[in-house]
Amino acid sequence: MNKYIKAFSEDHVGVIQLDRPNVLNALNREMVTEIVSQLQSFENNEDIRVIVIRGNELAFAAGADIDEMRDASPLDLELLNPFAEWDKISLIKKPILAAVNGFALGGGFELALHCDVILAAEDAKFGFPEVKLGVLPGAGGTQFLTKAMGTRKALEWIWLGEQMTANEALKYGVINRVVAKELVVEETMRLAFQLVEQPPISLRLIKEAVYAARDLPLQEGKNLERKNFYLAFASEDQKEGMQAFIDKRPPTFKGR
Amino acid sequence: MNMGFETILFEKKDSVAEITLNRPQAYNAFTEQMNKEIKKALVNATKDDDIKCIVITGSGKAFCSGQDLSEVDNQTNHANFLRDRYHPMLKTLKETPKPVIAAINGTAAGAGMGLALACDFRLMRSNAKLVSAFMNIGLVPDSGFLYHLPRMVGYAKALEIAALGKPLTAEEARELGVVTNVLNEEEWDSGVNEFVLRIASLPTKAFSLIKRYMQNSMNIDYDTFLEQEAYAQRVAGLSEDHQEGLQAFIEKRKPNFIGK
Repeated sequence: MNKYIKAFSEDHVGVIQLDRPNVLNALNREMVTEIVSQLQSFENNEDIRVIVIRGNELAFAAGADIDEMRDASPLDLELLNPFAEWDKISLIKKPILAAVNGFALGGGFELALHCDVILAAEDAKFGFPEVKLGVLPGAGGTQFLTKAMGTRKALEWIWLGEQMTANEALKYGVINRVVAKELVVEETMRLAFQLVEQPPISLRLIKEAVYAARDLPLQEGKNLERKNFYLAFASEDQKEGMQAFIDKRPPTFKGR
Repeated sequence: MNMGFETILFEKKDSVAEITLNRPQAYNAFTEQMNKEIKKALVNATKDDDIKCIVITGSGKAFCSGQDLSEVDNQTNHANFLRDRYHPMLKTLKETPKPVIAAINGTAAGAGMGLALACDFRLMRSNAKLVSAFMNIGLVPDSGFLYHLPRMVGYAKALEIAALGKPLTAEEARELGVVTNVLNEEEWDSGVNEFVLRIASLPTKAFSLIKRYMQNSMNIDYDTFLEQEAYAQRVAGLSEDHQEGLQAFIEKRKPNFIGK
């Protein structure tokens, strides 16, 4: 039974709602484990095509539990390897959307950056305050943010530890859309339902290829794209999609 | 009730919060403390669910004569001065979803004019003046002045006002569309009160959406705006005031809006 999150599904969309409202959804290790387990459960559930992670009105997630790490020794951390859990998020092949209201700070920002798409409220705030505690982001923050906005801007933000508005995050390509704060969940679900209508096999092959573009040398990325393109031809949805195009009718995708 | 404020009076009456700049001996000039107290009062009024409308006015003869120059000397870093004192106040004013009315009871000069321009509505006493005093001491108009004024009166007129610094009379300000209404001495109190109550009785949730998205509309392209218009109407469509408005229309009565 989950202690720190709520999980439910709605028309093929699996929703994870972060639920530690008394601490603005600050992440502790148990909570990260719950999120990862829930993601894996949605990943293995054939009925789920798209996953949404959301917080509440005040916060997506404002950082991590400081108490959990304050007195840790380097060796404690090495042996505990707490961030390995986060790597499992990147293995999820279904689209993951983040709906951000309020604060996405520190580990909360890193959780959003582990998602494929981020929608945020006009007054949402993103940031890495770790520098002010004498440390730095540890769950991929320096890597994800740099890949999203480039070296110089990433350094400026992470060095200063200041909060970025949603419009700034949009301007630098860190997030996808800025929407009315009252409608963040509604708009995220609208996008999720649009993706539910798309052929799921294409979506996962596209996801893998786009991340290859980010992380691999060009030729390797192109090779992977080609293989995925060929692989798509093993699907019924490819046959349906092309037939529907010829028949001038809308396709019906089955995810096979 | 005054929350320990020393440079302003802060009073809540029914659904209205009134902030009175209260250094009449200095024509309500801004001090650092006053900037901070205004911001604090705005935050308080914003968080108070009972408050539908905020009024800013001055005590005594003036609305606000701008920065108190006794706090400025040749060591002053003017950039940090703005960042630390004015910008937090101005950002809070912009961010509050509640309507803010400047009741310009007397002359508003320099940053005092800037403050008035940053409000949502302006009422002006007939003998008051708006004075962009900055150029007289070799400075540029600040506190949002150069942002707000051209949006109200157009670039050419705004440039003229900013550069030449000729005081605007209340009547000129009204003709330019800068102030909603000009009231003479006798009708001032009742006229302000009437306007304030009228604003407070609006469906203020819808008002907050107008404020939010009309400000945005000046800075974004049409397609982006249309998407935001859809957000605004969706949120307004979900409001209790909209249901009340529809019901009142059907029942042929006056709607009773609650701002939710």
